[in-house]
Amino acid sequence: MSIKSEPITINLGPQHPSTHGVFRMRVTFDGETIIDVEPIFGYLHRGSEKLAEERTYTQVVTLTDRMDYVSSMLNNQGYILAVEKLTNIQPEPRGVWLRMIASELQRIASHLVAIGFLIQDLGAWGTPLTYSMREREKILQMFEMLCGARITNSYMRPGGVFMDAPQQFWDSLSSFIDEFPAAVDELERLLTSNEIIFSRTKGVAILTPEQAINASITGPILRSTGVPWDLRKNDPYDYYEKVDFDIPVHDAGDNYSRYLLRVQEMRESLKIVKQCVDFIEPGPVRPHHDQVPFLLRPPKGDCYVAIEGSKGELGFYLVSDGSISPYRWHVRSSSLINLTLLREMLVGTLFGDLFVTFGGIDINMGEVDR
Amino acid sequence: MNEWNGKILADEINTHIPNSVVSSDKDSVNVEKEKIYEVLKFLKETSGFSFDLLSSVTAVDYIDHFEVVYHLKSLITLSKATIKTKLGFGREDQPEIDSVYSLWKGADFQEREIFDLMGIYFTNHPNLKRILLWDGFPGHPLRKDFVTNSQSIIPSEDLS
Repeated sequence: MSIKSEPITINLGPQHPSTHGVFRMRVTFDGETIIDVEPIFGYLHRGSEKLAEERTYTQVVTLTDRMDYVSSMLNNQGYILAVEKLTNIQPEPRGVWLRMIASELQRIASHLVAIGFLIQDLGAWGTPLTYSMREREKILQMFEMLCGARITNSYMRPGGVFMDAPQQFWDSLSSFIDEFPAAVDELERLLTSNEIIFSRTKGVAILTPEQAINASITGPILRSTGVPWDLRKNDPYDYYEKVDFDIPVHDAGDNYSRYLLRVQEMRESLKIVKQCVDFIEPGPVRPHHDQVPFLLRPPKGDCYVAIEGSKGELGFYLVSDGSISPYRWHVRSSSLINLTLLREMLVGTLFGDLFVTFGGIDINMGEVDR
Repeated sequence: MNEWNGKILADEINTHIPNSVVSSDKDSVNVEKEKIYEVLKFLKETSGFSFDLLSSVTAVDYIDHFEVVYHLKSLITLSKATIKTKLGFGREDQPEIDSVYSLWKGADFQEREIFDLMGIYFTNHPNLKRILLWDGFPGHPLRKDFVTNSQSIIPSEDLS
């Protein structure tokens, strides 16, 4: 016989250390079981889409940095690809290779944050987070060499990147390429077959591929359900056709496979970086001002470009009316849309699973609210 | 991934759902607002199209009308297409359109966002309320007639 207790509603957030920003959930519990979840957004809404309407095309790059602030390079890349498509700019090859190196390093950094904080949310205070933050720090230092900024990079420009990489960057990159596999092994030794992580994440918050596709969920969460869908392979942009890499896929669709998939994706990203370093050749990093002026005036029209961000499909929809600023700029934010099934994933699980699931989805409030 | 040519796609849609296409160009198909649900249901459920992933929904304010833009992708036929529809001519205060929530759950937050920021009402959406702004916020900020009191970086005479 089961005993029914009285449901109790708790507000989690917006000020809560485990919500990765200012996210609020109104959760109803029956005992320790979750029976209802209502996500409430908007605490970090800055109106980026409206702000873009009175900035020039190049100035909007700084707005993209501040969306998903743990993967700014990827945001830069997606936005710049949209501008290039709209304006019909041919990028310089060296600029594109640098762009790919930067965004793959950023993907590694973003996955490190995701893994570190997922384990932190599990209750492993400090150690795994420090391990992953140590590696991320190396990447951020390389970004500082590239463009002078660690988080809000604004590194990319229509036609390439704004500055060539200094020799110091290549030295750091080659030692990073040598050392990083060992660092991932170390992290995996600590976590991948850890008994506590098994019992807390396996079989929790399972999604089926049909559910995920129907709810437009993309990125590592979709691939953890067994669908090999990665825009770098399925709809290649930049020079992803020229590099060789695999798409890791798991079919359990639970929190553990999401964790494991991110670890494997970091190794694949490193593989891409290695090939980019081999392919890159000296040359200009962006077209001369004669071809691509600072003040862009794209022809009238619209375009939608989607890239594989660290959290899923990151899409940029741009409408131009022929003036110097976008008429409309819309961001298809993967963080927001990946939360669509939050309720379905959480209902029926226990209170302790809530933040594990939340960490497994890996959202960034800057991108959810924009 | 192949991108559907708008003109070919428009012919296909028009043969199965008569009088649904308004116009088409090489990138997109513009369909009648009343037929939008029917057209998208057809594109989702007919084999050969099988657009099972609703990539993005967004809306644009063109001053004399609004436009809702659907970006569809298919994981089965590895193709993508863009469907647009015009609504709210003559600055209608509450432009309405059918929600596609029952076809793709992924439309849930995106349609709420359009409602919140652009003020387009999605009929048959189960939970149509503001998502980013708070209840009682005056107006819809992404509309072009929304008055902001910001100081623009670019002088307004340079914007045209």
